[in-house]
Amino acid sequence: MIGWRSTWSIYTRELMRFLRTAFQSVLAPVLTTSLYFIVFGAAIGGRMPDLGGVDYGAFIIPGLLMLTLLGETTSNSSFGIYMPRFTGTIYELLSAPVGVAETLIGFVGAAMTKSLILAAIILLTARLFVDYSIAYPLLAVLYIMLVAAAFSLFGFILGIWADNFEKLGIIPMLFLTPLTFLGGTFYSIDMLPEPWDTIALANPIVYLVSGLRWTFYGSSDVNIWISFGITLAFLAACVGVIAYIFKTGWRLRA
Amino acid sequence: MSETILELDGLTKVYPGGLKALDNVDLTVRKGEIFALLGPNGAGKTTLIGAVCGLVRPSSGTITAFGHDLATDWRKARARIGLVPQELSTDMFEPVHRAVSYSRGLFGLAPDPKRIEEILRSLSLWDKRDERIMALSGGMKRRVLIAKALAHEPDLLFLDEPTAGVDVELRKGMWAIIDEMRGRGVTIILTTHYIEEAELMADRVGIINGGKLLMVDGKEAMMARLGRTEAHIALANEISELPAAVARFPVEIEQGGTSLCYRGGDGTGRGKEEVAEITKALIAAGIDYTGIDVRESSLEDIFVSLLGEEQAA
Repeated sequence: MIGWRSTWSIYTRELMRFLRTAFQSVLAPVLTTSLYFIVFGAAIGGRMPDLGGVDYGAFIIPGLLMLTLLGETTSNSSFGIYMPRFTGTIYELLSAPVGVAETLIGFVGAAMTKSLILAAIILLTARLFVDYSIAYPLLAVLYIMLVAAAFSLFGFILGIWADNFEKLGIIPMLFLTPLTFLGGTFYSIDMLPEPWDTIALANPIVYLVSGLRWTFYGSSDVNIWISFGITLAFLAACVGVIAYIFKTGWRLRA
Repeated sequence: MSETILELDGLTKVYPGGLKALDNVDLTVRKGEIFALLGPNGAGKTTLIGAVCGLVRPSSGTITAFGHDLATDWRKARARIGLVPQELSTDMFEPVHRAVSYSRGLFGLAPDPKRIEEILRSLSLWDKRDERIMALSGGMKRRVLIAKALAHEPDLLFLDEPTAGVDVELRKGMWAIIDEMRGRGVTIILTTHYIEEAELMADRVGIINGGKLLMVDGKEAMMARLGRTEAHIALANEISELPAAVARFPVEIEQGGTSLCYRGGDGTGRGKEEVAEITKALIAAGIDYTGIDVRESSLEDIFVSLLGEEQAA
């Protein structure tokens, strides 16, 4: 049985934490997205041909969205659980009558909410620079939620695994961001010469960016169902790891 | 006899690396009592609290709280247990009122602003309710932790070193708070380094060292069983051998025959009576004295002596 009051307490507290730094949390993605649009959209984009019939400026929107979404979701979620571990306040969560369901829905739900707010901000910012329309808006929202859920869970695992701030930042900085840049954020995989177009398919982020791009424009590098399948598989793997963590108390209980 | 609300049976915790922090601990805590767990650093006090509160996974043994096995039925049990940790661990950026309200919600209770107000007022925190915790003094921060632990109205409260690092004034304030909680029927288990605190507050005392619970008894019973009276009688004239009149008492000559030392009694006052008899016997035997210094052993003496015996063994 899920304790909804406990879940709501965790969820609202995490959102409050986000609101404490709302100015920075909102301004940073707006600024970053604007810069990308100025550099890649206006400066370079004008010299780029349409990709799959989509203007280059509009083409990069799903990639930029994914870039911010993956980074922010992972770091929000990982900080959400790492900070109580670091400051010792985790004692309260561990001694409360809450289990894996309340903890996950609370922490991950809050991280997802923050991500969806950021996604909306990025899309609104993009509108200032590029004219675009979303082919399958409901699917796009569903896909964004799915990715946000998967990477919130991933961030949660990261926050439990990390035993210092360096480890907390190393995965997003050294793996997630580079893989997202190489995952077709600013280009189509088709533009890569052999063998790089094949090698690129080993990058899981390609499927995420491609999946979101499909919901926007109805075409992408990879079949949409493969993208959905990979996202769901990643989400299921994260749920499995978290279930193991709670069952064994790894890095949570002494 | 009062209802048992906590029962530890063969509780053992071995940390990775082999450190045995708890070694087959059996303990029963009864409703409404204040139980003080005494022990030196690293004795296993915090591990014991952690095992009951869900912070530590026991290696073996069972914990039953309010009739619920904590391994299987932990939700119901934990909902009735509160914990005030030793460290000042709380979100320092949060205002006091919100931090305490969060704790109530986390334990699954509906918001109750009146109850939160009562708790904050009882801990003299009401005026500070909108302040960030980081802006409070150390003593106030500790009160916030107590308020957070009381927010879900626990029946059993663990206080891990509640007065560690606070000044005498605040410590006395904290004792008053603990006393008030007892008055409301909360069962309290506290760990402390200050034996005086246990002596003053506790109904029963447990002494733990090296993960083993060496002794558990009522404070009065422990004092009666292990307490001693020590008296030093300064003699007017030097003596070379023990006067026959006091030979039946546990008395020794000290300081080159200028003083007699009595060590005896049992903590119930019998020692003082014997000292009085000794002085009468000395006067009757014509041995004059110039002063008497009588001291009853404290819980601290018993504690130190028990630990000494344990180390010698």
